Amino acid sequence: MSVTALSPGRSVSDRLEATGTSNALELRGVSKYFGALAALEDITLSVKPGERRAVLGSNGAGKTTLFNCITGDFLPSGGTVRFFGEDVTEFAAHERIRRGLRRTYQISLLFNGLSVLDNIYLACCGVSRNRFSFLRPRRNDALMATAEDLIRVVHLEDIRLRPVNELAYGQQRQLEIAMALSGAPRFILFDEPAAGLSPTERSELIEILTGLPGHMGYIIIEHDMDVALRVSEQVSMMHNGRIFKEGKPAEIEEDPEVQALYLGGGHD
Amino acid sequence: MSVVEHANGSSEFVVDGRLETAWYERIPVAYWVVAALLLIMPAIASGFVLNQIFGWSFVLGMIALSLMFLGGYGGMVSLAQLTIAAVAGYMVAIFGVSSIDAVSLGWPWWVAVPLALIIAVLFGTAIGALAVRTEGIYTIMITLAIASAFFYFTRQNYVVFNGFSGFNGVFPPKLFGVDWRADIPFYYLSLFFATLAYLAVLYLSRAPFGLALQGVRDNPRRMAALGFNVNAHRVAAHAFAAFIAGIGGILLTWQSSQISPGTAGTGPVIDILVIAVIGGLGRPIGPFIGAIVYVVLKTFAIDILTSLGLSGDRFQLLVGISFLLIVFFSPDGLLGLWDKWRAGRGRDPLTGANTVEGS
Repeated sequence: MSVTALSPGRSVSDRLEATGTSNALELRGVSKYFGALAALEDITLSVKPGERRAVLGSNGAGKTTLFNCITGDFLPSGGTVRFFGEDVTEFAAHERIRRGLRRTYQISLLFNGLSVLDNIYLACCGVSRNRFSFLRPRRNDALMATAEDLIRVVHLEDIRLRPVNELAYGQQRQLEIAMALSGAPRFILFDEPAAGLSPTERSELIEILTGLPGHMGYIIIEHDMDVALRVSEQVSMMHNGRIFKEGKPAEIEEDPEVQALYLGGGHD
Repeated sequence: MSVVEHANGSSEFVVDGRLETAWYERIPVAYWVVAALLLIMPAIASGFVLNQIFGWSFVLGMIALSLMFLGGYGGMVSLAQLTIAAVAGYMVAIFGVSSIDAVSLGWPWWVAVPLALIIAVLFGTAIGALAVRTEGIYTIMITLAIASAFFYFTRQNYVVFNGFSGFNGVFPPKLFGVDWRADIPFYYLSLFFATLAYLAVLYLSRAPFGLALQGVRDNPRRMAALGFNVNAHRVAAHAFAAFIAGIGGILLTWQSSQISPGTAGTGPVIDILVIAVIGGLGRPIGPFIGAIVYVVLKTFAIDILTSLGLSGDRFQLLVGISFLLIVFFSPDGLLGLWDKWRAGRGRDPLTGANTVEGS
């Protein structure tokens, strides 16, 4: 896939050389407590630029909380989060997004009154200097052109002007992905993008994810093992707020401990 | 882009292979009729109707429009919009010319008016910076508290605000040799600025700033996840709304030629919310419809009440009952009733299905 909307500004190696790091995302001892409940405990995770990683685990394992701590929706109770070498632990969500981090949500968070095109255009504005513009987009507006590009990436061109509340569930999930792809992201967090999709829509999703440019790394949370293992190169397994195993998809698939957990057994 | 002329005289633009009609053809005929009626109104209506009904409605409508912009597009209901308008009115009186020579500085209007607007915008921005830390009922409470504080402060401060009596003799400039306070000139002056404010809000609603504001209203968490600084956007919306309210405040002061603490007392401050809700917070035309209903009720309340055998000074009772009835039957105000009527007109009486396209 060669879409101008997804091309990087500077090469990944240039950026890493400038920041003196070899990781796109680096978590050290991250924990998150809600009162006495430990949602995350001592999470240490390193993801290289362009790496595609799946985070798997049962419900309540802490996967979405991990995403929330990375994006700044929650401030962690302890530990540090570094993004391309920069300590972003105390940064507000919008500051992390402007540095190239994006996410999708488990439940679609879209702007229902607006059209598909307006939703993506808004996402493009958020990471541009145009976000405070009092002028309506003109016919040759660059951001609008990028939005149109992204609509084609997620195959929604036939319904580009339809209000979001009239879209089928699968189309809303595709729109979520298009919004996450806006503004040439450096790293994306996908939170259960395949949840509720039909087999055809899942195949389309796999096609979109595997077709992303090589420099664009991501972490995907997914309960559908088939999707998760096909679109990732590394897998981290979570349970009770901790990462207990990491490895290649094939290793994880064969692991007896993982199998026990996913087949309903307990973890010691 | 190329232009295609049709046999019936209409024209369409071809952009990227798509046909687009000219902007003036996209405006419904009803809008042109209303615009023409408003322009020729001085030939039909008396000076009293032009100044006290239409002029006052346009000015109150502008101030309520600033509340509609914040509430309808931004989800922030501020009760301090009339207070911001009063700040602009006070500043024109203080920096410009009034009958209170001891306080007024007597600067020319072209210094006093821009300065008044700048101070009103700064005041509105400061209110915004405080209010965006709260949501819902707390935003209403904090802005009401600011409005009340301003009312009591101006009533007690004689050095700057001339206390209880405020300022009188605040007249608009005689620009181009016209007395802009006279009935017909003031009608056109208020109509001009009300139209400008209406079109500005309408235009902005589809610009990135307006779209983002509606996004902030619907889902602030999602907006932050798109890179928007949600609080900065909300504060900027307060600044823009303050600019509109400020113009309204200056016109309000010129119309009555006076400004006093009572202009922005607790009652009038809440009346602005009543106006916006009566008309409807969903679209920028709503506040103007609400303002006309409010002004007509307030002006003719005495006649209506006395004809019913009631005391004429109970006009607020009439306004209150009308407000309750409208909100009871349509939470979206008169615009909501209009939408319901249009939807109902296109419905098949037997099946209930829509028979009119687009209704």
